[in-house]
Amino acid sequence: MLQLKVNGKTVPVDADPNTPLLWVLRDHLGMTGTKFGCGVAACGACTVHLNGNAVRSCSLPVSAAAGGEVMTIEAAAGDRVGHVVQQAWIRNDVVQCGYCQSGQIMAAIGLLKTKRHPTDADIDAAMSGNLCRCGTYGRIRAAIKDAARSLAA
Amino acid sequence: MDPGIEVHTDRDALLTALASGRAVPVSRRQFLKATGMAGGGLMLGIGLGQGGPLGGRPAAAQEGGAPPTKVYPPAAFIRIGEDERVTIIVGKLEFGQGILTSMPMLIVEELDCDWDKVRAEHAPADLVYENPVFHAQFTGGSMSIMTSYTQMRTIGAAARQMLMSAAAQRWGVTPDKVATRRGVVFEKGGKRSLTYGQLAHDAMGLPVPADVALKDPKTFTRIGKPTRRLDSPEKINGKAQFGMDVRLPDMRVAVLARPPVFGGKITKVDDAKARAVPGVEAVLQVPLDRGGIGVAVIAKGYWPAHQGRDALDLQWDLPAGPTTASQLEQYRAMLSQPGPLVARTVGDPNALAGAAKRIEADYEFPYLAHAPMEPLNATADLKADSLTVWSGTQMQTLDQALAAKAAGLKPDQVKIVTMFAGGGFGRRANPNSDFVVEAVNVAKAMRQAGIEAPVKVIWSREDDIRGGYYRPMNMHRVRVGLDQSGVPVAWSHLVVGQSILKGTPFEAVPLLFKDGIDSTSVEGVVDTPYRLPNFRVEVNYPDINVPVLWWRSVGHTHTAYVMETLVDELAAAAGKDPIEYRLALLDPAQTRHRAALELVRSKSRWGSPLPAGRARGVAVHKSFESVVAQVAEVSVDQGRIRVHKVTCAIDCGRAVNPLTVDAQVVSGVAFGLSAALYGRITLKDGRVEQSNFPDYPVLRFDEMPQTSVHIVPSSAAPTGLGEPGTPPIAPAVANALARLTGKRFRRLPFDLSAA
Repeated sequence: MLQLKVNGKTVPVDADPNTPLLWVLRDHLGMTGTKFGCGVAACGACTVHLNGNAVRSCSLPVSAAAGGEVMTIEAAAGDRVGHVVQQAWIRNDVVQCGYCQSGQIMAAIGLLKTKRHPTDADIDAAMSGNLCRCGTYGRIRAAIKDAARSLAA
Repeated sequence: MDPGIEVHTDRDALLTALASGRAVPVSRRQFLKATGMAGGGLMLGIGLGQGGPLGGRPAAAQEGGAPPTKVYPPAAFIRIGEDERVTIIVGKLEFGQGILTSMPMLIVEELDCDWDKVRAEHAPADLVYENPVFHAQFTGGSMSIMTSYTQMRTIGAAARQMLMSAAAQRWGVTPDKVATRRGVVFEKGGKRSLTYGQLAHDAMGLPVPADVALKDPKTFTRIGKPTRRLDSPEKINGKAQFGMDVRLPDMRVAVLARPPVFGGKITKVDDAKARAVPGVEAVLQVPLDRGGIGVAVIAKGYWPAHQGRDALDLQWDLPAGPTTASQLEQYRAMLSQPGPLVARTVGDPNALAGAAKRIEADYEFPYLAHAPMEPLNATADLKADSLTVWSGTQMQTLDQALAAKAAGLKPDQVKIVTMFAGGGFGRRANPNSDFVVEAVNVAKAMRQAGIEAPVKVIWSREDDIRGGYYRPMNMHRVRVGLDQSGVPVAWSHLVVGQSILKGTPFEAVPLLFKDGIDSTSVEGVVDTPYRLPNFRVEVNYPDINVPVLWWRSVGHTHTAYVMETLVDELAAAAGKDPIEYRLALLDPAQTRHRAALELVRSKSRWGSPLPAGRARGVAVHKSFESVVAQVAEVSVDQGRIRVHKVTCAIDCGRAVNPLTVDAQVVSGVAFGLSAALYGRITLKDGRVEQSNFPDYPVLRFDEMPQTSVHIVPSSAAPTGLGEPGTPPIAPAVANALARLTGKRFRRLPFDLSAA
């Protein structure tokens, strides 16, 4: 049986090793915060972190995540950068339908962990794989800058 | 009044009346007739007239006798806990538009309680939560605030009065001796006070007052105040529960093989490989929407179900379906014939012949998929005598009726649990309840196969994109006659495209469908704000085996494009400034258009210098009773269209929540821009050729223009907001492109090489 470390806890997973991490999280572990949007790594709704890097969990076999550290939206509040990003999301009233936002937030946390003072080009590069049909992009940009300011303070 | 426009003026009058709490000028019998067509579902016998105790003033007597009095008991909408928490129960679907925040704002304005204590939740399916226009519980047509503005305030005011009465009774004083302040009832000039939490139990048991006074809008403290969303906290930590997230003990997941051509039927199933996928439990045939028959793969989770579905070897009996290129030829041929139906005639249609100059233009619009971020899904738990459905749906009571019919139950045996929806844009408001009925059919097939368990049907993104119910493909032909100074003296307009409403219960609603004319196919043309003294609008509705549906802003998605690019072309031909030309051509009665244009002109710094290679374009359009003007700044960079900046001005009446106004107009720009730049569903022999975001692209983060929204100050009742931001963006961008390239773009999505 595979051992998967998610949000600091190691859990046994009885799944075919080719099962995408997304469906292990959602169907096996009951963690529904990570969303299914396209299944082909084209929308970013399923973004989680593997060893600190933002990855698309819909296209990552769970076997590739075993042995690594997986972080999902459920653990964002307990993460220093994650908490700051979430607060910036609320201050900027970013969300609309909210379905893509777990992925957006995980992508933004990933960006701010590597670049504390991201430029607009950095933000474009980090966020352009995360689609939003409500068009919250402008407020996401504002919230990322807001979070960067908070982290620098 | 011009008879041709009756359908639309009726609707305008109706919506305006509703927003201002006046009587509803609609035929009740027509609504009841629609009930029958919905299989007893759509209206469920509730008569018209929301007047009476909680509907503002009583409605006027209707055709067929006095309407039954409709009471909206506050207890159905407001729950006050002993901990002073106020829960507002919202009968609409929250799918991004902010309704779980703005409906509470309306109630709380009159209820007079602390906003920090307020939360909101989705209501169950129940006609107490009906849309007062269509007497069904549904979310759509940008109508929620428009039709609830007076109703919700009245409910809040009634609840406040009931709380005051409860306190007065406890103290043995008359109600005029008590008043409220932020969740507390106190005795005027006395020392006694009780909190709402202490009074709620007694208060909600009191009779609902027949007559309540509403606040003077000048004293509003919540309505009009920028208010952050109540649902943000659960949407930033993954806790918000969407339909996709439903988990029940023993629940199965089903993924379906649907026919590759709409309405197809399975003839042969080889499921050996599918059953060999670990985790696959059953492979079942199920009836589908539109008479189709498909195959459901049942498993313990999505992944095995999906793997199993892909491993099926299937043979189908397929009906004929279109190929886009030949369908376009068919539509072109129809453009060359007079339309069989006339939607509006003004003046002399033959004036075209005598015009000094003529312009003729054809326009072409593709099918569009809604592609909400959350693919369609529904969960059904079917028992012998009950059914529960969990879904993010825009049409709860219709779903309830159609789910009951599919299950062989009565509607009151069916419970609909509304979940958050990850967008919808019209796709989750299906008059056939396709995705709900399908889940019920799967649950039924499972029971028949001896699997008694709840089931969640999940559509893959490919299923979602290929699932039909598209914005119809449309073509327009417009012939305009101009006088010597470039002013239109004749305008002849033909629209060819499938009717959205034909064959649905809405066909029986004369506000929407009358004398063969589907108002949604010509809205935005027949009600033109421009002075067109000789004007004729014709339609032709082909029958095509592709299901169509409303798509954010419905007919305005194409009519605004035609009207606003063509008027721009006329301005250019006359050598006039496009805003000046529009202002001159507007009917003097269209003061809201004028105000929006003037505001966008100043806020966009229209006419000020731009960086080299950029141009501005403008468009203005009214839809869902709101007027939006937009100016887009555009460049073409290495063969790619870049929209840098969009300035918007909106008149939506009183802005209930300015943050929502901003978000929804910006959202409309993003949605409309996705379609204008990329959106296109094509078919080959009835099979949809696109499948997922790589071949059905939508606007990405780095393509989002810097967008600002400016609200025209208004004290009029609120008008639509969810959709009006969408129609003007494509024509505004096209008009900028025309300035940049010298070409007029008459086909969407934009194709720089083929204009």
